Amino acid sequence: MTSASLGPSHTPALGDEGLALELRGISKAFGPVQANKDISIQVRRGTIHGIIGENGAGKSTLMSILYGFYKADAGEIYIGGRRTEIPDSQTAIASGIGMVFQHFKLVPNFTVLENVVLGAEDGAMLRPSLAKARKLLTDLAHEYEMDVDPDAVVEDLSVGLQQRVEILKALYREADILILDEPTGVLTPAEADHLFRILRGLRDQGKTIILITHKLREIMEITDSVSVMRRGEMTATVQTAKTSPEQLAELMVGRKVLLRVDKAPATPGDTVLEVRNLQVVNSQGVEKLRGIDLDLRAGEILGIAGVAGNGQSELLQVLGGYASGTGSIRIKGQEIDLTGTASDARTRRARGIAHVPEDRQREGLIMDFHAWENIAFGYHDDARYGSAFHMDNAAMREDCAGKMERFDVRPPDPSLEAKNFSGGNQQKIVLAREIERDPDLLLIGQPTRGVDIGAIEFIHQQIVALRDRGKAILLVSVELDEIMGLSDRIAVLFDGRIMGERLPSETDQGELGLLMAGMSGEAA
Amino acid sequence: MTDTLPKWVDIALIPLVNVTLALIVSGIVVALIGENPFEALRILVNGAIGSAYGWGYTLYYMTNFVFTGLGVAVAFHARMFNIGGEGQAALGGLGVALCLLFIPWPHWSIALIAAIFGAALFGAAWAAIPAYLQAKRGSHIVITTIMFNFIASALMVYLLSRVLLVPGAGGSPETARFVEAVHLPNAATVLPFMGFPRSTPLNISFAVAILACFFVWWLIWRTRIGYEIRAFGHAAPAAIYAGIAPVRITMIAMLISGGLCGMMAINSVMGEAERLVIDPVQGAGFVGIAVALMGRSHPVGVALAALLFGMLYQGGAELEFEIPGISREMVIVIQALVILFTGALDNMVRGPLEKAFVARRKRPSKPEPTTPLEAGGHPERKQVEP
Repeated sequence: MTSASLGPSHTPALGDEGLALELRGISKAFGPVQANKDISIQVRRGTIHGIIGENGAGKSTLMSILYGFYKADAGEIYIGGRRTEIPDSQTAIASGIGMVFQHFKLVPNFTVLENVVLGAEDGAMLRPSLAKARKLLTDLAHEYEMDVDPDAVVEDLSVGLQQRVEILKALYREADILILDEPTGVLTPAEADHLFRILRGLRDQGKTIILITHKLREIMEITDSVSVMRRGEMTATVQTAKTSPEQLAELMVGRKVLLRVDKAPATPGDTVLEVRNLQVVNSQGVEKLRGIDLDLRAGEILGIAGVAGNGQSELLQVLGGYASGTGSIRIKGQEIDLTGTASDARTRRARGIAHVPEDRQREGLIMDFHAWENIAFGYHDDARYGSAFHMDNAAMREDCAGKMERFDVRPPDPSLEAKNFSGGNQQKIVLAREIERDPDLLLIGQPTRGVDIGAIEFIHQQIVALRDRGKAILLVSVELDEIMGLSDRIAVLFDGRIMGERLPSETDQGELGLLMAGMSGEAA
Repeated sequence: MTDTLPKWVDIALIPLVNVTLALIVSGIVVALIGENPFEALRILVNGAIGSAYGWGYTLYYMTNFVFTGLGVAVAFHARMFNIGGEGQAALGGLGVALCLLFIPWPHWSIALIAAIFGAALFGAAWAAIPAYLQAKRGSHIVITTIMFNFIASALMVYLLSRVLLVPGAGGSPETARFVEAVHLPNAATVLPFMGFPRSTPLNISFAVAILACFFVWWLIWRTRIGYEIRAFGHAAPAAIYAGIAPVRITMIAMLISGGLCGMMAINSVMGEAERLVIDPVQGAGFVGIAVALMGRSHPVGVALAALLFGMLYQGGAELEFEIPGISREMVIVIQALVILFTGALDNMVRGPLEKAFVARRKRPSKPEPTTPLEAGGHPERKQVEP
């Protein structure tokens, strides 16, 4: 047992009025995997308590037990000091627990009001419930700064507003303890700020909030206390004011982690990529890029900052050869085809462009393929993997074993299927494949999305090492910290336009945040 | 496919449990109409594999189902549902007939090679139009291939009643018989020591079907085309990222699929009927779908499933003959139950089995879908190979 509580004394009296929630010795195993091991935690009423840990640390399992999705193998749950059995989610709701999932559980074509009432109707007739809900919704919206039009259809709302509907749903069911699972993953910085204001308001009204996240910054910004999980165990519970991101990262990973990217100043060489007046219209006829100019030189990392959906994906797809556009792109001075008639992703690779796509599980890897099959993906025509028609599976396996070793993929087993690796190791497989082609230009989208802290450090080092070998790197990320830490230059994309270019040393999160919201200060 | 189960469970145990369940339910149905289910099962099994005569028919049907099953399986690998095996096989028959009626082949072996090409070409051509409509216009392949079955059927009626009709055929729409030189050697000739009666339709096409299994295995798991087909089938967006053109793969996969379905005709048209009749396919195109589903699109699985359906076809015919209380429809019910349990209700067995295996084992397995065909996987092959 390694659970070391640095908080209040470990054996509180039963019925302690200060505790909203207490878990004692919760354990849960799935077959041979011990997802939760003897977890004890105390959450005081009217606080925001963070639970932080890497992917697969057991956070979600713990919350699923609390919400009645799983039954714990051992352990006890106390709510408001009273021992409570939670066999299903109805009991959890009745006990005052509300849950906001990472993937919202809303009916897209229902209105806000209908969604809020759904499953909590008072009787067979809908009208009285709706009227009651409408009244309550207006009160709540007023109280907590949560304005949502009750008659808006959910699918028309922004992601941030949909999340608000989820919170309102929980409050409508009179939740006292609100659990949020990775709530900021889909939000813009401004939306995240607004969410945090709402959460603080709820806390000040006496609600208890449990925030599950892997982002250290959010923990530091909003929580009062934080519990760290690692491999199914609770490694520590600390007061947020008395800790630091470095200490939390160490507790999460189990060793010291470099949070800052360590790199020397860039020594840019010749221009590798010239983009002029690039315009892209997507299949729905929406203009996604409205005339982009970019220059990228060898030995340089250009970071593209921006909130997701402002044209970054289209930029990567056009450069990667599988979306068409107009304008001009030159690679090392040579024009490349943008229409898609004379080129595709294959010909781009032949031109020395490698691409680590934004969504590795959807594009970068075939999840049902073995690692060794994935290692050739996109380069499966290469002479080293066989003759004109036949494929040399042994050569692919051997190549994969080498790449896995050099990129520290764990477990280093080429015959495992891609889906059996963690996010970080999946990304390392993609990186190994693309970086070891020694490309002139590496396109890399969201390099560390869903990747654990330990692997982030390694991935950043690999990107910087490629730059130092004189390669050009175009980095797209929605994580501002990552853009600030890795880039030699930063271009901010908003609504298909470059709002400005900045040097990381001469800007800050505030200025970039404004540019990302479409407010250009002075011209770049 | 899942990674929690060993390969043999996926490809052998689950289908076995499914078939057992289907037989139990069939047994209940047989009991309900007042017949003895154990007697019925004995007649069915005995009729299918109890004699050289039974084996001859069972393996003949199996040959048909191997071709159509492989065809459907190849399309499955590219995540396409080719329902058009029926029409493609009919057109394959046309290809065989044209090839054999109008060219004087000196020997059956050369004629067979020509007929294989003819059958594959016509089958592929019939699949090409739906494939093109899917690839270029997004017309759903399920709908178009079904419609092409009807068109094929109408086309065959027209051709056989107006164009290719042999004079004096006694009113049945069929072509003239193929000349003696191109008749395929049947099992009685090739394997005299096995004791197949001369009347069994089993012929040399069976060997071609087994070769086709090896070909499909090699194509899917050992070639660049196969790699691209599987990549496209598993994740189309990823395939596009990798520069695999969807139009090209859709066309290639469907042409191969249609070609394999068409090749069924060398067994039924060239090997058995020795002329083109109005319906040379006899439902084998649809059975191929069940065979591919049950065989999990793997050639070994397809061969085993084809054997099972061959047994059901032959044993079912015997059953109908031996027990008057069990009608043709009853036999179809039994066959349908097998399809229901192996195809539609597969997850009913799969879920609990997966749980059992996860609970039993500590370490996850390392599945090897690319292992070559094990010799043991082909008990039926020993029947024909000297």
